[in-house]
Amino acid sequence: MDYKIVIGLEVHVQLLTQTKLFTACTTEFNPDAPNTQTQPLCIALPGTLPVLNRHAYELAVKAALGLNCSIAKFTKWDRKQYFYPDLPKGYQISQYDMPMSFDGWLEVDDADGHKKKIRILRAHLEEDAGKNIHDESGRGEDSKVDLNRAGTPLLEIVSEPDLSSAAEARQYLDELRLIMQYLEVSDCNMQEGSLRCDANVNLHIVQEDGQIAPTPLVEVKNLNSFRNVEAAIDFEVERQLEEFQLTGRKWGDPGVMKETRGFDANRGTTFAQRGKEDAADYRYFPDPDLAPVTMTDEEIDAIRKTMCELPADRRERMRTVYELSDYDREVIMNHSPQLSDYFEETAKISGDGKQAANWVTQDVLRELNDRDLAIDEFPVRPVVLGAMVKKIVDGDLTVKSGREVFAALLETGLSGNSLSPATVDQIIEEKGLAVVKDTGAIEATIKEVLSRDQNAKSVEDLKGGKQQAAGPIIGQVMKEVKGADAKMVREMILKIVQDS
Amino acid sequence: MLSEDDIHKVAELARLNLSEQQISELRPQLSKLIDYVAVLEEVDTDEVEPMVHAIEQTNVFRDDIRSPPLPREGALANAPKTDGKYFLVPQIIEH
Repeated sequence: MDYKIVIGLEVHVQLLTQTKLFTACTTEFNPDAPNTQTQPLCIALPGTLPVLNRHAYELAVKAALGLNCSIAKFTKWDRKQYFYPDLPKGYQISQYDMPMSFDGWLEVDDADGHKKKIRILRAHLEEDAGKNIHDESGRGEDSKVDLNRAGTPLLEIVSEPDLSSAAEARQYLDELRLIMQYLEVSDCNMQEGSLRCDANVNLHIVQEDGQIAPTPLVEVKNLNSFRNVEAAIDFEVERQLEEFQLTGRKWGDPGVMKETRGFDANRGTTFAQRGKEDAADYRYFPDPDLAPVTMTDEEIDAIRKTMCELPADRRERMRTVYELSDYDREVIMNHSPQLSDYFEETAKISGDGKQAANWVTQDVLRELNDRDLAIDEFPVRPVVLGAMVKKIVDGDLTVKSGREVFAALLETGLSGNSLSPATVDQIIEEKGLAVVKDTGAIEATIKEVLSRDQNAKSVEDLKGGKQQAAGPIIGQVMKEVKGADAKMVREMILKIVQDS
Repeated sequence: MLSEDDIHKVAELARLNLSEQQISELRPQLSKLIDYVAVLEEVDTDEVEPMVHAIEQTNVFRDDIRSPPLPREGALANAPKTDGKYFLVPQIIEH
């Protein structure tokens, strides 16, 4: 059966503020001390009034500009009303018909590798609810409510249904996360719930008569990892195909309503959640407690000026300036903006982007993972690593010796000693790792080694044209002259044997 | 006149558990209120910019600076039920 997958994503991103959206209460992630981060407004005590956090609004504008959105010159706040124990006021302050930003886009690569624009319908600010903890014993015990999170600023980013595969959805999310992280708008930490995703999925099935039959729309809620988003979409495609073949039910048929489903990460399946008897009726209306917000072009430009380079631009620069492979570039950029900065500094100092990328993606990343360090805590700073890599680039140090120097630098740094480019020289000196460019000295050593009794057989073999016989001799020479370049030694051995 | 279904729906949205007698009492009352407000529909508003907010003031901000939270016992003081750490509510059936 021929069909097209139609996906729209709703992403909630927690903004990096000190305080909540409408009150001066801390937003720290603290699930271990429930209900210790509330103020009268968070728990909806009578007589409390919300006042907007300026920084939250500015971060939202910055994020929206990063998503290529237009910024509203006038925006207001609306009450979205529903009853749930994690929502103390009985309504959520959100934005309904006049969102603070709209009409943006992000780019992904489609299946043919072409750039494809995914339109963003809107991005608006709203407050988070608290957290419900349900009794899972089956004994029907009370649910627990923690309101620490209630009132935390969220940016809800709603895409148009322009995504056509799980892979495109993944790319969209990766790019969105990078933008938020590079702009320092959100840490997008999914474990802590700073980025949450709902996926709207259905299929457009081409029927025999050429007519398109859309399957009933499904919203999969609360996907807490990008992998789960992909898995949920893949599962829904199969499920909706089967269901359509079985029932022929279409979106738009009488009685067909949007279905809300949950995702079971252990089984990789979605499951029906209790359908609301009535379609949601949130009875939005303007919040009379909050003043609207206006923005002038000058104010928007002022925020635009605080923005750093966007990931898409940086990616292009990484490619052209440092000549990185797509793979190296993605590894570095997707890790963090901090690692990208670290790489760029190392590359500048060493003068060789490719070499710098090798060291950063292999050696530095391996140590960060093994030692569970953040890049900012890594003791070998770019000024030191760059100096070392430069020696390799200049032919003063072999890559193999470089590994030894790197290990020594790390050990020195981790034991609390400060490192500088001079430390690199010191270690090379102490360990005798400098590349010996004095060919006279190397030649003398080679002659000495060749004259050793134990090597008589190898010398015979070499004369007979067996080049692999050079191996043990190279090893012995390298032992005598540390820091000699193995390739050069090999060539010299072959020449000396030939000439003799 | 509003229908009984209308009253049921409004009651459901407000989580009000009304008896049949209350519904038959409230139905004409609520209808009367709506009729009263419906007078506004007689005004010609074609040339009037929709009003989105009742106050003229805009851009009321505060800085992103923390002030101390409530102590937990304060936050939980009015809870109908608590275990000393959480608000407790009757089990929420998820699915």
